[in-house]
Amino acid sequence: MSIQESATQHGMDRRGFFRRNEHGRWGRSGTPVDEQRWSAGAIARYVAVVVVVFIALAPLYWTLITSLKTGVELNASPPTLFPHAFDMSNYLNVFASSFFLPTLRNSVIIATLTTLFALLFGTLCAYAIARMDFVGKSVLLGIVLSVNMFPFIAMIGPLFVLFTGTFYIYNSYLALIIPDLVLTLPLTIWFLTSFFRDLPPDLEESARVDGASRLRTLWSIVIPLTAPGVFAAAILSFIAVWNDFLFGLSLTSDERAQPVTVGITRFNSEHVVAYGELAAAAIVVTIPLVLLVLLFQRRIVSGLTAGAVKG
Amino acid sequence: MAVHAIRSGRQRQRSTPSVFSQMRGRITPRGGWLPYLMIFPTLLLILVIAVYPMLDSLWISLLNNPLLSHPVFVGLRNYSQVLEDSVFQQAFKITLIFTAASVALETLFGLGIALLINQTFPGRGLVRAAILVPWAFPTVISAQMWLLMYSDQTGIVTSILQGLHLLAPGDTLIASTSGVIIAALITDVWKTTPFIALLLLAGLQVISAELYEAASVDGATRWQRFTRITLPLLKRSLFIALLFRLLDSIRVFDLFTVFGQRTVPSMASYANFTMFASTVEDFAPGVAAAVIVFLCGLIISVLVAGIMNADTIGYHRR
Repeated sequence: MSIQESATQHGMDRRGFFRRNEHGRWGRSGTPVDEQRWSAGAIARYVAVVVVVFIALAPLYWTLITSLKTGVELNASPPTLFPHAFDMSNYLNVFASSFFLPTLRNSVIIATLTTLFALLFGTLCAYAIARMDFVGKSVLLGIVLSVNMFPFIAMIGPLFVLFTGTFYIYNSYLALIIPDLVLTLPLTIWFLTSFFRDLPPDLEESARVDGASRLRTLWSIVIPLTAPGVFAAAILSFIAVWNDFLFGLSLTSDERAQPVTVGITRFNSEHVVAYGELAAAAIVVTIPLVLLVLLFQRRIVSGLTAGAVKG
Repeated sequence: MAVHAIRSGRQRQRSTPSVFSQMRGRITPRGGWLPYLMIFPTLLLILVIAVYPMLDSLWISLLNNPLLSHPVFVGLRNYSQVLEDSVFQQAFKITLIFTAASVALETLFGLGIALLINQTFPGRGLVRAAILVPWAFPTVISAQMWLLMYSDQTGIVTSILQGLHLLAPGDTLIASTSGVIIAALITDVWKTTPFIALLLLAGLQVISAELYEAASVDGATRWQRFTRITLPLLKRSLFIALLFRLLDSIRVFDLFTVFGQRTVPSMASYANFTMFASTVEDFAPGVAAAVIVFLCGLIISVLVAGIMNADTIGYHRR
């Protein structure tokens, strides 16, 4: 056993510092890795890291440079890896088009409203599941979970009949907010329930002993304490609605309510593909998501994996 | 009604001695009407917007044309029309191939990336942020971004494949059926592997480091530690990831709408095209195709849940 290995076993990290691991005991955290800094394993690991990061970001880079190329350069063969001149005309064309800004605005409104409603209904439902007793709780949880995995295509036909007939809300915000709620509520409820359950119940108990009602306790004690979790749920819900394509394609018809995911496909009609504009529009639509991801990385990860492990 | 429920809850709380409620440890189990009121909006939405359309689609797939004011019951005619359509038969095969290949590749790569970022090394946060980027993109936009790379004009992928003589000059990947499947696979693996990786990473992080240390002391090799500790303890996360991905792949829609359009559809995009982009008479057959997607998902869930249960029972017996 090398000195480094024995040091590791006695809780020393690579630089020789003693640390507590995640179990609160002295020792290293995580799984053991090769201790030699430049061993074959470490080099292989860095190669893997470079490959993964490159593949993850390459399409974004390609879209970005395509959006900045001039019409002439777009047709160059073989394609250039770096634009000769930065040309903003694709962006100007995108914003000047009759449908891009309206559909972008629709997406912002629909995603925001749906997220707010999902948080309102989801918080109430998740708190009842996490902390209260009622008949049929496990059935409700089962339904909520399985709805998430529904093939939504099977809901489209009846919703179309309903929205163009009895309730005429076809091609309106409502026609997307209502189905989108079904898309995001399961996620929201699932995450919030796990966050509420993790909260120690003592504070809620003392609030109740002081005479606060259930809803009062939820509003002034539970939500402030689980704010990071609620925030993660909001981000995930926003992204889920923003990314919807199927409902938007089937339940709206023009830029009065169409989301931007559908609007963008108009740059790619069956006859002509406006590659430059398509790329510029894709960049505009994805930049907010890239920023959200980079700013709230940790919260998104904790939200995504909540419940998947603990069950 | 809500006010009444809240008030009665409060009165009950007051009349119960606080010591007693504290002795029970948790919050009093009886919630009266309040929990039902709290779950009501969610339950109503799910029943009206998810469960009812689901059941209704079973019904309207048996009508000649549900958009008419007096539709006629035609039995299974729409189903036989769809099942006899060679385009649907092809869509069925395409969807199954896509599902099997994408789930296998994503689980493999996802596990690799999870093991990679479970280690502590400088730059780990960068990897995690980088792989989250594709996950956050709308699938249909990712498809458009990859389309730029697959296209004959601006496509770097086309240019590389032509350079390697895998494609004839002037040809593109998305010009053939198998090419469209490969294009959709690449895009889906790129976009969805991060999700699997994060799910599996969360599973890896709850495995105690002491287990590995004990195994190392006992002289276990890296490979033994992986197969005897990591894999068995990761089984639950793997099953969950597998179920999610299978059900998500069988309903694949966006990718084939962009790459395959009408000629190389998946089952879901076939259903959507039939419902909306054909004649009005084709609406009901489109719904029938959508019901078939639902049935496929149902079969998969039953199978996976069965395997999962059998596995847990076996585990307890041991």
